[in-house]
Amino acid sequence: MKWLNKVFFPKKDKTSERLKLGLLLFENTSEVIKAEKILQKEGYKIKVVGPPPEVRKGCDLAIEVPVIEITGILNLLKTKGIEPLDFISFSENEILKPVDLFQVKDFGNYLMVRAANMKITVDKKTLVIVNVSGGGCPDVPYLASILVGVSLKDTFSPKDLAHTLCGYALHLAFKKAKELLCLV
Amino acid sequence: MLGIVGTIPDESLPIIYGTPVLEKNFLIIQGWKIPVERGTAALIASAIKTLEVLNTPNPFVFLVGDIGKGKGSRELYKFLAENIHKYNFNVLTFHYILPDVDGCLKVILAIEKFLKKPFLIADAGFMYAVKMTGYANFFDLFTPDIGELAFLADEKAPHPFYTRGFLLAEEKDVESLITRAYEYKNAPPYLLVKGEKDRIVVNQKVLAIVEEPFVPELEAIGGTGDTLTGIVSALVYAGYEPEKACLIAAKANRLAGALASPTPATQISEIINFIPEAIKTLLL
Repeated sequence: MKWLNKVFFPKKDKTSERLKLGLLLFENTSEVIKAEKILQKEGYKIKVVGPPPEVRKGCDLAIEVPVIEITGILNLLKTKGIEPLDFISFSENEILKPVDLFQVKDFGNYLMVRAANMKITVDKKTLVIVNVSGGGCPDVPYLASILVGVSLKDTFSPKDLAHTLCGYALHLAFKKAKELLCLV
Repeated sequence: MLGIVGTIPDESLPIIYGTPVLEKNFLIIQGWKIPVERGTAALIASAIKTLEVLNTPNPFVFLVGDIGKGKGSRELYKFLAENIHKYNFNVLTFHYILPDVDGCLKVILAIEKFLKKPFLIADAGFMYAVKMTGYANFFDLFTPDIGELAFLADEKAPHPFYTRGFLLAEEKDVESLITRAYEYKNAPPYLLVKGEKDRIVVNQKVLAIVEEPFVPELEAIGGTGDTLTGIVSALVYAGYEPEKACLIAAKANRLAGALASPTPATQISEIINFIPEAIKTLLL
């Protein structure tokens, strides 16, 4: 088992731990407590912490959450009537900013819009979504199975069914496609 | 044995494992009929189609239902951590799953229990998770697209959504991203980078570039990356050297796409049906 010797699993620095975390900031402490209870009940790995001064808004408590699952967490809290003031994603000590630019490719009868790692393609004439590509989180195949065949004119929004950052990026691409095809 | 691990977008699906068969556009396994749409089902179907030509047994798969809530993914990580070492795999491919550092590390620890380490391939959510654990070089092959390569190259990004300078990631940037991904030890020995040009990379060096046939519509079609990972997994399992397997897979995936005469509205199942013809054209 020579290969065993190649990997020792040395004690890692905290980088990989920090890489996966974000902070939810709230207006007041009672919201933090309520949110903590709801999220723990659903099995999310979360922790109540004090927010660093540079990101402090509202109350002095924040909830540390797994960044990948932020969309599902926000959707869950919203259904319970709780809306955090803000969400901050960290990597080491740097505040990360989500991608806010889009790429557009025109295929003649079809328009493809990319936001981060997600792409949505729409038939320009019928405004029907014909394909969804990119991404690696499990809500992507789920959202793709629902979105393909749906018209941009429908009131449906992928954000309502998204649970991960891939799902959220898909929502951004969906919104941008709507905007480009003059529906908003 | 070729093992494939991933999720299916159906919450009612418990953890199932076994050898599926492909009937028309459905995977049949343990009484479940799973449609071959994009995602892990497309990867498995592509592997089966490739293995069929090579007269090699179908893969053994571990699947669970997850629509992004993470419950199924967490159960699957736990199951694999406790059980995967009981099986004997030559090649193990990990695919769609909710990225989770702890879960992924436990699976890696379980893989260490194998007497002989399988050839390890990761794509999609599991590749994101492996990068976050810092053990990319425990794996043998990643199959990122250019955006995911930018994520591997960004040592601080926890997910492609936060990759710094993501949209600057174009074909012209690929080689510098490859260098950076290796510099930060976020890449395994082999990379198959999917894009307008597919690049086969071994230890930071681009060994080959595949750019024909070029079918621009394929970029819009969900699942073309999944099929590529399925084909390369099957070829490595069938005994092709990793470089050769990547090269053939990249060509076959493009050729299957071209044979389908696709539009941006073509669905991946239509392309999968052309994989045997593409493989035969290249190998027989």
